[in-house]
Amino acid sequence: MTEPIADSATEELLDLTVVVNGVPRHAKAPARRLLSDFLRHDLRLTGTHVGCEHGVCGACTVLVDGQPMRSCLMFAVTAQAHEVTTVEGLGAIDSMGPVQQAFIECHGLQCGFCTPGFLTTITAYLEDHPHPTADEAREAISGNLCRCTGYQNIVKSVLRAAELRAERAGTTT
Amino acid sequence: MSALSERPANPVVGQEIPHEAASLHVTGEALYTDDLAVRTHGILHAHPVQAPHAHARITRLDPSPALEVPGVVRVLTAEDVPGVNDAGVKHDEPLFPSEVMFFGHAVCWVLGETLEAARLGSLAVEVDYEPLPSLVTVHEAIEAGSFQGGQPHMERGDIEAGFAGAAHVYSGEFEFAGQEHFYLETHCSIALVDENGQIFVQSSTQHPTETQDIVAHVLGLPSHAVTVQCLRMGGGFGGKEMQPHGYAAIAALGSTLTGRPVRLRLNRTQDMTMSGKRHGFHAQWRVAFDDTGRLQALDATLTSDGGWSLDLSEPVLARALCHIDNAYWIPNVRVNGRIAKTHKTSQTAFRGFGGPQGMLVIEDILGRCAPQLGIDPIELRSRNFYVDGQSTPYGQPVRHPERVAICWEQVLTTGDVATRKADIAAYNASHEHSKRALAMTPVKFGISFNFTSFNQAGALVHVYKDGSVLITHGGTEMGQGLHTKMLQVAATTLGVPLSTVRLAPTRTDKVPNTSATAASSGADLNGGAVKDACEQIIERLRAVAAGRLGVHPADVRFSDGHVGKVGGGATVPWADLVNQAYFQRIQLWAAGFYRTEGLHWDSSAMHGSPFKYFSYGVAASEVEVDEFTGAYRLRQVDIVHDVGDSLSPLVDIGQVEGAFVQGAGWLTLEDLRWDESDRPSRGRLATQAASTYKLPSFSEMPEVFNVALLERAHEDGAVYGSKAVGEPPLMLAFSVREALREAAAAFGPAGTSVDLASPATPEAVFWAVQEARGGAEPPHMTAMVEGAPGVVPDQPGADAAPLRPRSEQAAQPARAGT
Ligand code: FES
Ligand code: FES
Repeated sequence: MTEPIADSATEELLDLTVVVNGVPRHAKAPARRLLSDFLRHDLRLTGTHVGCEHGVCGACTVLVDGQPMRSCLMFAVTAQAHEVTTVEGLGAIDSMGPVQQAFIECHGLQCGFCTPGFLTTITAYLEDHPHPTADEAREAISGNLCRCTGYQNIVKSVLRAAELRAERAGTTT
Repeated sequence: MSALSERPANPVVGQEIPHEAASLHVTGEALYTDDLAVRTHGILHAHPVQAPHAHARITRLDPSPALEVPGVVRVLTAEDVPGVNDAGVKHDEPLFPSEVMFFGHAVCWVLGETLEAARLGSLAVEVDYEPLPSLVTVHEAIEAGSFQGGQPHMERGDIEAGFAGAAHVYSGEFEFAGQEHFYLETHCSIALVDENGQIFVQSSTQHPTETQDIVAHVLGLPSHAVTVQCLRMGGGFGGKEMQPHGYAAIAALGSTLTGRPVRLRLNRTQDMTMSGKRHGFHAQWRVAFDDTGRLQALDATLTSDGGWSLDLSEPVLARALCHIDNAYWIPNVRVNGRIAKTHKTSQTAFRGFGGPQGMLVIEDILGRCAPQLGIDPIELRSRNFYVDGQSTPYGQPVRHPERVAICWEQVLTTGDVATRKADIAAYNASHEHSKRALAMTPVKFGISFNFTSFNQAGALVHVYKDGSVLITHGGTEMGQGLHTKMLQVAATTLGVPLSTVRLAPTRTDKVPNTSATAASSGADLNGGAVKDACEQIIERLRAVAAGRLGVHPADVRFSDGHVGKVGGGATVPWADLVNQAYFQRIQLWAAGFYRTEGLHWDSSAMHGSPFKYFSYGVAASEVEVDEFTGAYRLRQVDIVHDVGDSLSPLVDIGQVEGAFVQGAGWLTLEDLRWDESDRPSRGRLATQAASTYKLPSFSEMPEVFNVALLERAHEDGAVYGSKAVGEPPLMLAFSVREALREAAAAFGPAGTSVDLASPATPEAVFWAVQEARGGAEPPHMTAMVEGAPGVVPDQPGADAAPLRPRSEQAAQPARAGT
């Protein structure tokens, strides 16, 4: 479906199928293709950002079977037959998830480059810890870097997201 | 209040609204430059060949083996350049060098069908080097007399008289580190050749006009043949003010030669090893106080580490000199500046642009001298604040100096400083191996580009027949919220709801000849231009409305999407009025322009009034230091900051918090290490990844962080009474460094003065603690000397050229060569 723009001309291409945001996606890619490059280049899901390229900043975090993983440290082949959720899968503009909504309300972003990694990380965290304290919220996202915000509003966003989640659960059950 | 600063009733400015692109960011729909690559058909990828020497002559460069690599399309070398082989405006940074000037310098670029092919091709290019001696530290450069550019000199009063009569004289030296920008999005440009040979460059650039200029001069084209667009940046911080141009030019050159789009995105290692950083500085100083601790004289020589080429080093140095006074009145001043030429990346703009470096010198001096003078640092600092009627050493009257004192008082009160200082004293008395301290520091920061000509901006506002509004302006968005503020300004001036206005990306074919989005001036300048354009349209619509409503034009009021009469009565919807105006053949768009009035500056004499106004702020920081490791915690930070009447409070508070944390990173964590050994790796940046270069993370956040904006802070020289915010709060972080110094000193007897290295990493704090306990001077530090007349800093030689940046020579050609 897409031209394999980042392939080495010499490498053998494998047929990959990864379920991304609920949809099985097929593409040809070499065995060494990173999941981050696979998402961005082969599937054109450019919401996943690459900041440090070696597992430190967390900008590239996606959910693999619901667990936060650094897509710059994973090969696409290892995601084969797993479910991957990227920021695009957390909710569209007219149907945002609570974490997305909270980041908007609390000004939890400036340049926005780190944001997708925070959103995925926090979404997974709140699944397991729906009512974090401020200290727990800090701890939960201490593995992600942001160069712009000074983090205050990101902590606020986590707490607000927990609130929104609870509210929504209350109204839908 | 001025016409520029006055707000109408119910303005959209001042409202707390989210970032204009927030919903795009949280859904992954916001596009950055590199995201366009996968949306561009047939794109080629560029990869550099980086030299493995700090300084070397290239004796042979053979690209032909690279062309054998499958997927390699072309290798770009100096021979390919049709125009000027230079990435800057000063002709000192060849795009394709014949001499390697720093470890990692790109000597040529390989284009491939895939990035991997280009990378393999770059490994195949054969280059022979003849290594040359290199200067890696600022000390080595000073020793060797290796300087570049002008040497500014700023003087006021009688320096010798200031020292002669003084009660206390101290002299010292201080060397402090630079800083890596580490914007999360690395440098990126995509170029293609459009219809009729028009070059279209998408670039992550803070200065699209200059990117356009450089691309044009490299390609040997007039500027009208090159269009540059910046959608947004994933952070800039000054690192994309001057540095993107060469990368954009490589992409554009590749595109013209191959006829295909070219993508140049630096990976993180390339970005860190190739692009410029904040300048580290070396300072020699002597200072005089009277017997009450009032500053009498300051004599200093600042040497910035410019790296291999000038880039923005001259204006950065000028701003350092202009901020060495910070918020303090010093009657007799002599400051000299010079730029060391070293074999490192070419250091560049970084939030504060030399201001932080100048201010760090005086704050370090006060922090070291306070114990010697026997005056509490909080008292020593406030005793020296400017008061009304005083001027800076470069001759600009200090307007609103009382705002520092007001912020200071407010922090003392809201931060409950007196009580906490007593608590700290009690804590320290009962804890042998752990000490706390609280320090307060002020900020006074001049707003405007020093160079007067840059203080201009343009905007283009279109009102369409259906009443919807599209605005474009010359500033770029890097997360700072400039676009958000511009939408608010347009909605306020036009009297329409925010949802009526849309903002289009920054492009040089919409608004030409723009200045960099820098010097914190983005909102002041572009806001003035947007407002001007909107006012022109409103004036035209006013006549139409007057006819329709049957009122005098002066009585027409535009508010919240309705047009009516002042004082009430029938209204017309905005869209209806606009549509009617269209049929009356009224021009519904306008180009706006703004220039900051009242500025003048002579950089050769370092004299004038370069700044429209000063921004003020105060911070109090409390830390706790562990004796055995030097590890510390930032327990509490209280800030009061002056942003005028805020255009967008959520955005402004976010800027204050982010800047403070970034400043604290520079001063306490971020430790650039270059290989200074004689090994073959000499000059290599050892900290070239996020794993070795420590950035502030959640763990370094203040445990309690209170930020307030100063109230009743109207600034009548700027758009809707606001003030700039991007840079000034970075310098509030001096309070953290001073608190660390005081906590380290608390391990020694009362009155201990310690010398603290910068960055004050736990290691540096550990050595400061050792010094306080009677140990040796910390590594890389020089002990302060007491006594008149002090150690006179190096003075410039007779051949030292005054500061005269190229931009100024172009503005005043008649003076060239003088
Ligand atoms: S890009 Fe993957 S962790 Fe930084
Ligand atoms: S918002 Fe820019 S890095 Fe986090």
